[in-house]
Amino acid sequence: MSAYPESYWYTKEHEWVHVEGEIGTVGITLHAQEQLGDIVYVELPKVGAHVQQGKTLGSVESVKAVSDVYAPVSGEVIEVNESLAEMPETLNQDPHGAAWLVRVRLSAPEELGQLLTASDYQSYLVEEP
Amino acid sequence: MAETIRKVRPHVNQNEPLLFELSSPGKKGYQLPGLDVPPVDAAGALGAENVRAEIEDFPEVSEVEAIRHFTRLSTWNYAIDLGMYPLGSCTMKYNPRVNEEVARVEGLAWAHPYQPESLAQGALEIMARLEAALAEITGMEAVTLQPAAGAHGELTGILVARAYLEWRGNPRKKILIPDSAHGTNPATAAIAGYEVENIRSCERGMLDVESLARIVNEDVAALMVTNPNTLGAFEENIRQIGEILHAKGALLYMDGANMNALVGITRPGDNGVDVMHLNLHKTFSTPHGGGGPGSGPVAVKSHLEPFLPAPRLKRVGGQWAFDYDRPHSIGRVRAFYGNFGVLVRALAYILAQGGEGLRNATLDAVLNANYIRQALMPYYEMPHQAPSMHECVFSDARQAKRGVRTMDIAKRLIDYGFHPYTVSFPLIVHGAMMIEPTETESKRELDLFIEALISIAREVEENPELVLKAPHNTRTSRVDEVTAARKPVVRWLRQAQR
Amino acid sequence: MRYLPKSESERREMLEACGVDSAEALFAHLPPEVRLTRPLALEPGKSEYEIVEYFRARGAENAAGYASFLGAGVYFHYRPVLVDAITSRAEFLTSYTPYQAEISQGTLTSIFEFQTMLCQLTGMEVANASMYDGSTGVAEAAMMAARSTSKRRLVVARTLHPEYRAVLETYARRQGLEVAEFGYLAGSGGLDLEDLESKLNDQTAAVILQSPNFFGVVENLKTAAEMAHRSGALLIDVFTEAVSLGLLAPPVEADIVAGELQSFAIPPSFGGPFAGVIASKERFIRQLPGRLVGETKDSRGNRAFCLTLATREQHIRREKATSNICTNQALIALMATVFMTVYGKQGLRELAEQNLAKAHYLAGRLPRRFSGPFFNEFVATTGGRSSETINQALREGKIIGGLPLARFYPELDDCMLLCATEMSTRAAMDTVAEAFHCG
Repeated sequence: MSAYPESYWYTKEHEWVHVEGEIGTVGITLHAQEQLGDIVYVELPKVGAHVQQGKTLGSVESVKAVSDVYAPVSGEVIEVNESLAEMPETLNQDPHGAAWLVRVRLSAPEELGQLLTASDYQSYLVEEP
Repeated sequence: MAETIRKVRPHVNQNEPLLFELSSPGKKGYQLPGLDVPPVDAAGALGAENVRAEIEDFPEVSEVEAIRHFTRLSTWNYAIDLGMYPLGSCTMKYNPRVNEEVARVEGLAWAHPYQPESLAQGALEIMARLEAALAEITGMEAVTLQPAAGAHGELTGILVARAYLEWRGNPRKKILIPDSAHGTNPATAAIAGYEVENIRSCERGMLDVESLARIVNEDVAALMVTNPNTLGAFEENIRQIGEILHAKGALLYMDGANMNALVGITRPGDNGVDVMHLNLHKTFSTPHGGGGPGSGPVAVKSHLEPFLPAPRLKRVGGQWAFDYDRPHSIGRVRAFYGNFGVLVRALAYILAQGGEGLRNATLDAVLNANYIRQALMPYYEMPHQAPSMHECVFSDARQAKRGVRTMDIAKRLIDYGFHPYTVSFPLIVHGAMMIEPTETESKRELDLFIEALISIAREVEENPELVLKAPHNTRTSRVDEVTAARKPVVRWLRQAQR
Repeated sequence: MRYLPKSESERREMLEACGVDSAEALFAHLPPEVRLTRPLALEPGKSEYEIVEYFRARGAENAAGYASFLGAGVYFHYRPVLVDAITSRAEFLTSYTPYQAEISQGTLTSIFEFQTMLCQLTGMEVANASMYDGSTGVAEAAMMAARSTSKRRLVVARTLHPEYRAVLETYARRQGLEVAEFGYLAGSGGLDLEDLESKLNDQTAAVILQSPNFFGVVENLKTAAEMAHRSGALLIDVFTEAVSLGLLAPPVEADIVAGELQSFAIPPSFGGPFAGVIASKERFIRQLPGRLVGETKDSRGNRAFCLTLATREQHIRREKATSNICTNQALIALMATVFMTVYGKQGLRELAEQNLAKAHYLAGRLPRRFSGPFFNEFVATTGGRSSETINQALREGKIIGGLPLARFYPELDDCMLLCATEMSTRAAMDTVAEAFHCG
């Protein structure tokens, strides 16, 4: 049973998106949070903001580093995970589940074709220096 | 452990609460003289709504408690007067005490920046003399003493560069910054309104001149170079670098953080640099004081002189005066004229050393760094083989195989009685250990430092836990920075207010 | 050479270990064309005695031993002896930035106390570990407001210190921020609220004003704050005379407070080094520039302090940093901390009351230009005599008079700005009054 859900799509910048109908739930991967270490703060866009594939939608901070989070898909932010403000450590505990970042109404579903499958992503992780 | 560590031994030191925890109503540490004029009712003079109630929770302690409080706190600090700081690019050299003495001369310490110029000639003379000395040392043609710190000097220098390019018709868009640069460089470029383009270092750790030639075009305003670079290596192609930039109308900015390797040996101004900043709290011995004050003078070639911050010093009828008639100046970067108290200390240092002394200091700084380098090379990985100048950079590659990283080794160094070296910087070396002893370290101190790092390398092989859980002997062990960042508590509050 | 702790034999041993026979050889890899081929044109090294004499002579060429009535952003206050006794301790003077918390608890603890006391004084909820000075503090506060509101316009009082406005101008221009000024009332010397209102729009990031203002007039922030907030702008309040916080109502209506702490036992020192401060409401904490010290625990469960929220800073965010600041003014901030400790809750108030009394005595004997309430500074008109004539007469008696305002406010060319503090004697003030009324 892989750590990386089969039904999710992945990016080379270590984000994932889980699509149900026209709504995509977005987060960062297990690998990303391992690299960052203990997460102390998460910066997220507001509901109603428009995000664009490949552009920054927010950032994730550990004590010593900040990492930009890039939108895997374009669309309108319809929900933001408020619990991360109080408990950023959830990102370390459950990055693929409870620590989702935002929910987006996809404006261009064809963009998914550019993303990686779970097995492609895991191969990519192995190749990466 | 008592047999292996020669430099330190544990000692009992005092605990001490916060001032607010010592405070008690009615305790006094002061006494003001009586008034020689009638008292004035505050509410009457100011309006009742403009007068405050008491300063809630402000401490009240006696003079004895005050001095004990701060003295106890001071004993928890490491300091240059206790031992070496091997911090790379920080140049933690001895802070001569005569500098402190002269900064306190009454006519200097109590000078008001707005006192009439006829009554400020002493201060102006000091500033003029320091400007001239720094120009001679750097080979540049004009100096401003206004910036308050190195990063402030960087910003000033880049703003001057920008103003010059604007005057020539096009401020341009980008600043090139090597990936080995100190973090203030890209931050400065961004604040000055430029895009940052990173240049990779070549495998010798220096700027790759061919890549540079390819990247430099009319969109590039400047290259910010540190020389020697943060690996401690001299940028041997510095003249060529300047020529490539100048051919395209771009400028060469030098970050003077590593000047301690160059003074009396080579001058940036002789080698193509258009504008640079200096750090008086590094190269010129002014004290760090726990994190400031510093001073970051900027030195320029004459084509950039009109753009320097106003006012500038000028000579009028045998006297010094401030010249505010500077139509091309970038304006002010701070109120008044500079960190004058720091300028006094730097000039005192230059006077004490003289030309030959400054050069000898450079020779010893480079000797000390190379002495450490040759002694530690059998034990730590050296990723870049170029000759070291005043600092050397190792990596934790060998120790990482045992799960021990540069931060752990640094923390274990504390148990040996030293402040850590610079950890994980420059970023281009994975697991960097950046070491700069400076010239004011004795052979004994250097040998103790070498002994400590060799011992730690052995511990990594035989007993890595000892290193991973270090430091063991300090009154404060590793702190929880994660909680401090997740739930920041940046002030004391009464129990009831928490 | 007394700063180089090596004997010739030690040097030789070290050179041998490095495999070279002279230190010069360690520079052999430098291309010959970059080398300086002559000695530096600087005088030979001087003895300690000569150095002290040089600076004493320079000090004597300054105004040593004069009484002074200058204020205008730099103030003469008595410096308790504890300040230098403590800040001269090697462990404070010669220590480094407290990045290694285990061996810097002295510095970190005192900064935490400093941050706390600044909050207590200003009525704000968070304060940083200090800025270079008040002027750069204001510029940084303005940029902070622009970032927080995502707006580009600053509306600034003309009664904000002229040199602070000049610095703001330099920073703002670079950041593409627009600066509009609003004036003061000719009668009171305080804020012209109508003018302020006319300059506000929905692009305003912040209103920036000073209290007591450059003329020494105490402003009431309430209406200005309401106007600013109604426009969606923040209110930044600035102070240059920290002693005023001992008596004046804290600027709780402000969102950000920026100021200069030089009055707290920092020597005037011809303009620096000083220590600025930025304090704000809690919600701006992640936008605060510069260093911050936070409370935490060590691995043994003891209370400890460390630098925190470093991710705002240059060494991590690099080009996205909130500022390029790499320093606080730790030693200077410590001077202020010791000063605040020595005076304490009652002492600061008593000190401020003395300042009020002295300045009001002097003002009572001079023609005041403005009617607004004032703390320890005020503007006097010089009438028939010029500021220069009055000041020249005073200099003969070893007194430095006030600052002629013409250089900063051409419309006030018959005025000077005077400051009286607890160090001003009745006799000197009487002499000043006479100089105004003679001839």
